[in-house]
Amino acid sequence: MNLEFTPEEQAFRDEVRTFIAENHPKELGDFGMREDMTREEMVAWHKILGAKGWSVPAWPVEYGGTGWTPTQRYIWSEENARANTFMPLPFGVSMVGPVIYTFGNEEQKARHLPGIRSGEVWWCQGYSEPGAGSDLASLKTTAVRDGDHYVINGQKTWTTLAQHADWGFFLCRTDPTAKAQEGISFILIDMKTPGVEVKPIKLLDGGYEVNETWLTDVRVPVENLVGVENKGWTYAKFLLAHERSGIAGVARSKRGVEKLREIAANETAYGEPLIKDFDFAKKVSQLEIDLAALEITELRTLAGEQAGKGPGPESSILKIKGTEIQQRLTELTLEAVGTYGAPYYGSIANDTGTNEYAVGPDYAQHAAATYFNMRKTSIYGGSNEIQRNIITKMILGL
Amino acid sequence: MDFNFTEEQDMVRDGLSRLVREQYDWETRRKAIASGAGWRPEVWAQLAELGILGMPFSEADGGFGGGAVDAMVIMEEFGKGLVVEPFVPTVVCAGGFLKHGGTAAQKEEHIGGIVAGSAVFAFAYAEPKGRFDYADLETTAKKDGSGYVLNGHKAVVIGAPWASHLIVTARTGGERRDRSGVSVFVVAKDTAGITTRDYVTVDGRRAAEVYFENVSVGADALIGAEGEGLALIELVTDEAIAALCAEACGAMKVAHAMTVEYSRQRKQFGVPIGSFQVLQHRMVDMYTAYETAVSLTYLATMRLGSDERTRKQAVSAAKVGVGQSARLIGQEAVQIHGGNGVTDEYAIGHYFKRLTIFDSEFGNVDHHMKRHVALG
Repeated sequence: MNLEFTPEEQAFRDEVRTFIAENHPKELGDFGMREDMTREEMVAWHKILGAKGWSVPAWPVEYGGTGWTPTQRYIWSEENARANTFMPLPFGVSMVGPVIYTFGNEEQKARHLPGIRSGEVWWCQGYSEPGAGSDLASLKTTAVRDGDHYVINGQKTWTTLAQHADWGFFLCRTDPTAKAQEGISFILIDMKTPGVEVKPIKLLDGGYEVNETWLTDVRVPVENLVGVENKGWTYAKFLLAHERSGIAGVARSKRGVEKLREIAANETAYGEPLIKDFDFAKKVSQLEIDLAALEITELRTLAGEQAGKGPGPESSILKIKGTEIQQRLTELTLEAVGTYGAPYYGSIANDTGTNEYAVGPDYAQHAAATYFNMRKTSIYGGSNEIQRNIITKMILGL
Repeated sequence: MDFNFTEEQDMVRDGLSRLVREQYDWETRRKAIASGAGWRPEVWAQLAELGILGMPFSEADGGFGGGAVDAMVIMEEFGKGLVVEPFVPTVVCAGGFLKHGGTAAQKEEHIGGIVAGSAVFAFAYAEPKGRFDYADLETTAKKDGSGYVLNGHKAVVIGAPWASHLIVTARTGGERRDRSGVSVFVVAKDTAGITTRDYVTVDGRRAAEVYFENVSVGADALIGAEGEGLALIELVTDEAIAALCAEACGAMKVAHAMTVEYSRQRKQFGVPIGSFQVLQHRMVDMYTAYETAVSLTYLATMRLGSDERTRKQAVSAAKVGVGQSARLIGQEAVQIHGGNGVTDEYAIGHYFKRLTIFDSEFGNVDHHMKRHVALG
């Protein structure tokens, strides 16, 4: 057993650290997700990585992957978090991309993979429906064969950043008579097709990150079916397992804890820096302890992957603990900023003509909004209750 | 021992409950908090008419002779409807300072306006670096002839955009964080030298940064004895905490009920999600958290008139316990609502936001745990 990186891994870390330092656009600055980010800003780093050949490290080399070991990929995400880069969004790179290269045909691979790699084409995910959340297999959107086309009707929801999307991957029911999981197909839809309508959903933090997507008599060529008709559930599950393995967000949370310490060093409580307050410092330490446990657990999973074991149901642990830590981190950050957590910086300000200038320290400005926003993490990607069900069934065998 | 409410208190509750239900429905509230004004002065006028704004003042002062329990009943109803109008800053805080520390002339000048709804107050006590310590003041009031000159910056003053008057804490002597040397002043917001920067808060209210630049006030602006204001501030903020705890209880009650109802309606896997034992037990824990919060709120409310130590213990116990319950109920309510819980459209997210900000008002869980520990 050894926790240290090998000399080769250390050299790799230095190489990517230098690359990030030299190439991450300075004008993007040090930010996470900002409400007013443009599409161009969100894909800027993705495009640079695409040109370098580093945008899809986890893919097989033949499709543009880097051939890095899981440890190298871990180092890569750690270094990006350290520099607070805005990483390529997951919808193309870690969701539909792997489905296409695993289950798609040659034509689909040739048509779609280059745009995902380069960051030119923006993808969104059409899975959930108003009546189908945790129970995804109960989805009702239908795709009916009509000559060379499917005619698609239904309503999807929580389609993240679909307002920018060029393409979407959708789960549609192609056999209404089959059992829930067996009549579903995985279909790619050009979001400019007539009948596709995207309506923004305002979230409790004031932002517009997700949408309702309405599909009304949308005609999609049959060649946009991925894999075999009615086997979409298999691909959807494959994709969800992939989504979960990256969801722990260890590197980002480590960066967040560093930032929390900086904030707490800057805030004053009872005449001393807040970080010297034992009650508060104890909570930060607890968070670090939980994060250390998660990090080593993830590394153990990675080591298993390196030895040829794919991400199994234990990735559900990473999802549960990872999201709990992300939520706790934002909660403590809000607590740290104290009184200045209350001012709102969202769009209502523009409606009323107030909030022209920020008040309080810069780091306080999005503390509440981020805390509110991160409540989604224990709900999305299969809620944490569903993850516990998976562990119950797949690991405990109950 | 008696946990019953008087007939009058039941009437107040029923009247307010009707007002909130009929005139403070969700859509009306949504429009009001997004409007330029951000509140509804006509509701304020109605509260004056119903006698709500005069409730806690003695009849001699022009009020209706109510007490802390009446304020609790009122605040619980406000919490149920997430009412944003500034009852706590105006009636509980400013009213409290006037009642407990005001001269006959100050009461005469201000209480009538509060009761009638024509005077609206905000309590400017927090400072950018003061956190929850009322004595950690950089704002100063320097003696100038018979009056004072105020300089300083007050942070996140809730209700200040709507206020006609401010209650301001400032240092008239001693060192930063000394218990002595703290004084309390009442000033009209339009006094020369006061500027504000107004904004919206994440829980749908309005607040302002308030700046004092060589603001001259007369000797009659001082409430209580010069330099001895801290004990008065602690008393009034303890009353405000009890009121806010009652508000949080109202909000928690609704958040819990909404969640149980949602779990009945929302079907997944062919059954209502409320049939899953995992969620049932969590809603039971929410219910327990709500009931214990109510108990601590009663305790704090009934101990407001006790000796200082007993009062502080009870109030800190409530702020800790209600704060913990508010966190649990807010977070679980959102989680059980799933994706809908994080939308602006569903009311539950707004209850969650109010219950979140509650913790940072007049000292959070950690702060009051420390005070409880210090009291032994």
